[in-house]
Amino acid sequence: MRLYETEIGSRLMLGTAQYPSPAVLADAFRRSGAGIATVSVRREAGGERAGAAFWELVRDLGVTLLPNTAGCHSVREAVTTAQMARELFDTSWIKLEVIGHADTLQPDPFGLVEAARILTEDGFCVFPYTTEDVVLADRLLSVGCEVLMPWGAPIGTGLGLTNVYGLRTLRAQFPDVPMVVDAGLGLPSQAATAMEMGYDAVLLNTAVAKAGDPAAMAEGFARAVEAGRLAFQADPMEPRDMAAPSTPVVGKAFLE
Amino acid sequence: MRQARVLGAGVAGLCVAAELVARGCEVTVFDPAPRPGPHGCSWWAGGMLAPFCEGEAAEEPVVRLGQEAAGWWERQGAAVDRRGTIVVALGRDRRELDRFARRTERHKRLDAEGLAALEPDLIGRFDRALHVPGEAHLAPRAALAHLRDRLERNGVAFVAEPGHPDGLTFDCRGLAARDMLPDLRGVKGEMAILRSADIRLSRPVRLLHPRFPLYVVPRAEGLFMLGATQIESDDRHRSVRSVLELLSAAYALHPAFGEAELVEIGVDARPAFPDNLPRLCRQGQTIHVNGLFRHGFLLGPALARMAVEAACEGTKPEFWHEDHD
Repeated sequence: MRLYETEIGSRLMLGTAQYPSPAVLADAFRRSGAGIATVSVRREAGGERAGAAFWELVRDLGVTLLPNTAGCHSVREAVTTAQMARELFDTSWIKLEVIGHADTLQPDPFGLVEAARILTEDGFCVFPYTTEDVVLADRLLSVGCEVLMPWGAPIGTGLGLTNVYGLRTLRAQFPDVPMVVDAGLGLPSQAATAMEMGYDAVLLNTAVAKAGDPAAMAEGFARAVEAGRLAFQADPMEPRDMAAPSTPVVGKAFLE
Repeated sequence: MRQARVLGAGVAGLCVAAELVARGCEVTVFDPAPRPGPHGCSWWAGGMLAPFCEGEAAEEPVVRLGQEAAGWWERQGAAVDRRGTIVVALGRDRRELDRFARRTERHKRLDAEGLAALEPDLIGRFDRALHVPGEAHLAPRAALAHLRDRLERNGVAFVAEPGHPDGLTFDCRGLAARDMLPDLRGVKGEMAILRSADIRLSRPVRLLHPRFPLYVVPRAEGLFMLGATQIESDDRHRSVRSVLELLSAAYALHPAFGEAELVEIGVDARPAFPDNLPRLCRQGQTIHVNGLFRHGFLLGPALARMAVEAACEGTKPEFWHEDHD
């Protein structure tokens, strides 16, 4: 999978927040083989390098880091946070979150496009956290985003793919754009469904971090992602109403 | 008589000193500050001795070893309140209570009436709750002061200097020992203290919330301690966002907290190793007792016992790291 000219080995991305400990976080990455770790800059930063010890542990995971602007509610905050992240992590990748609604953590579509434009012009590789809205996706692509991250459901809810029709439409409209279903997944089966629909990867955090055994859940997601991807590539059969036995019944003995 | 030094007079250092005295050692405690105070992170602790509730996120040893704590503090003469813990969740987060119940042990389910019988001021606010009767709490600042004075009466010398290792030494300096323990990190915690005459609670109450979990620990004289954030950072800024979250959660628990007096907002960084479990690290004749994370009062007694046993009897207890560097 290529994202902004970079080859990424795994189609599973994991967040790094809310784990019982950094050691459990590291186990989850090891067992799942996740290829990208998102890190929150804003909450942990304290304006300085106060979170350095934790970031060092995340760097030691040996995966590609994708800093995010989680918790930003305005274009300005998001842009400032992205610039800080670029300095701290020495990467131009940024997962752009501009939250528009405090309760549902729904993205602010207007602020998102504006921030994506500013950051792309400034040389960032922007991964926008967006909804399944096709028009919004089109705007994000037109300001220079090369990857889209539509939600499955609001962040942290674990509700899965709440608008399957919308996600299918989005996938069909932009078949060549790498797309990652981000947020709202609670179970591996939901990740598999997203992959079967042709999404390129999934990103999740809470479903793993808050599981009773985070490392086992991470591995469960990794296998589901792989299964879903294989199914997508294998060109699944079409569902049909008429039963068609896989073994012919003609010539079998009648029992009564 | 065997001589021993203790560096650091926070909760870990005082617990170790007490265990050393119990074995007849001659103990000198070094700490730049003469008395327990806001320089140490145990000053800001909640003082909950709640091993079963901690089991929600902490590993098994915390639950097992934490059960020693209440009895240990009582034996030191500290005022320990053993009325247990109440756990509640707001209406739309009811499932959080089920998850919590699945992942912890020794709790009893309460309906609205059962809760009202234990905490009358929560009548009508929650239709179900958990009660964990085997848990306890203490007032950390009073307990630290009490233990220090008791040790002094028992012949422990307190020296208001940083001190340095010499002979058998227990390094209990928390984050200050990062020079010797490079994988120690700070995990920031913010807390608030309120005063309210409008609400009474008899035991700690934990409010489960997917974003803003809160505990409220009642203290004497109408004081309530609200805690605590857990942020991967060692800065000491008391952030507006954290305080908003703590106060909003308290208000959601009971609107009477909206009228309370805001007495204090505190912050410090807890010392933690990457697995958030404590360690006993031997470097020459020095034994580090560190990484107690959010469990200073809960695990201090057990770690102190194990560290002193290791020194006196040559045992290699749980969490033992030989020549750690």
